[in-house]
Amino acid sequence: MPTKKDIQDLYFMDSRFKLLEIASFLDRVERHDGEADFRHEAFMKALMAMQNPPEGTSRAQAVHLAFSDHSTQPAESATIQFAFGAHHEEDPS
Amino acid sequence: MRYIEPHAHMVSRTTADYEKIAQVGCEALCEPAFWAGYDRASAQGFYDYYRQLTEYEPARAAKFGIKHFCWLCINPKEAEDAVFAREVMSLIPDFIKKPNVLGIGEIGLNKNTRNELAIFEEHVDLAKKFNLPILIHTPHLEDKLKGTRLILDALNNADVDRDRVIIDHVEEHTAPLVLDQGYWAGMTLYPESKCSPARAIDILETFGMERIWMNSACDWGISDPLAVIKCALEMKKRKHSSEVVDQVIFENPKAFLSQCPNFSL
Repeated sequence: MPTKKDIQDLYFMDSRFKLLEIASFLDRVERHDGEADFRHEAFMKALMAMQNPPEGTSRAQAVHLAFSDHSTQPAESATIQFAFGAHHEEDPS
Repeated sequence: MRYIEPHAHMVSRTTADYEKIAQVGCEALCEPAFWAGYDRASAQGFYDYYRQLTEYEPARAAKFGIKHFCWLCINPKEAEDAVFAREVMSLIPDFIKKPNVLGIGEIGLNKNTRNELAIFEEHVDLAKKFNLPILIHTPHLEDKLKGTRLILDALNNADVDRDRVIIDHVEEHTAPLVLDQGYWAGMTLYPESKCSPARAIDILETFGMERIWMNSACDWGISDPLAVIKCALEMKKRKHSSEVVDQVIFENPKAFLSQCPNFSL
């Protein structure tokens, strides 16, 4: 199996690039006019979850959980066919 | 490298894509029935689609030495209208007799509604009636966790043979739910959503190499018909042996699919 350094050799540059993409995305949202919708708050929550995953939960799992719908009952009907990427409490579906 | 592509929507791809996957070692390909990117206007549209899956695509694949198999259903995105869904489902028994049909799939949920769940359960009953394996689609993005849990509850109530059910599109948060309950799991490699090759390998390393497969699910969206073989190369970069790579991309799908009466290599 690869060592930690092997994993860094494989993925550090790519991950550094993606981290800058995230930083720039947040700057871009902040710089432009108007109001960000519920996805912004969800994104910030997911970033926090990634940095502080609950005990027994990986960082990737914590990010998934931050974006997920945690309700348990089936929806009465679907008003849309697609997904936003982040659960919206007011989503009527 | 030899491999099986266990989930690809070739009706959306060009013949050149068949040639490319043949060149990199694809020996067999499985095509679940799915959403066409728009809602079909009539059950007759599905009749034509099922003919495409059972007659035209096997012939197109055979030109490149690839065995083509398919799964039949009405997908969850078009299952919200339960009356329409049942009309479509009434067509399936006649097509089950076709020689490349593996089972019922990809059934599942999309927006986790009551109607989607009812049609999912009726598909499970259909599979049990004809003693066929089941391929399950789990919802996208924020709906995946809830949908996976609802699907697992419904399967538990239906008392299915878990060895003959594969639950697809798992990610880090749903893979353990599926595998811990004794089902097979599928990972989909997409450029913009679901799993990247690196994350899919993380899931393999974390949850094990048993009862799991990888697929490209290439369709009309942003997707890559070579995704499985690219992930296999990534596994080699991560120092997995040729034997382990072969197990994941060939032996595992072969083991699950060999439970389908019509599957052979």
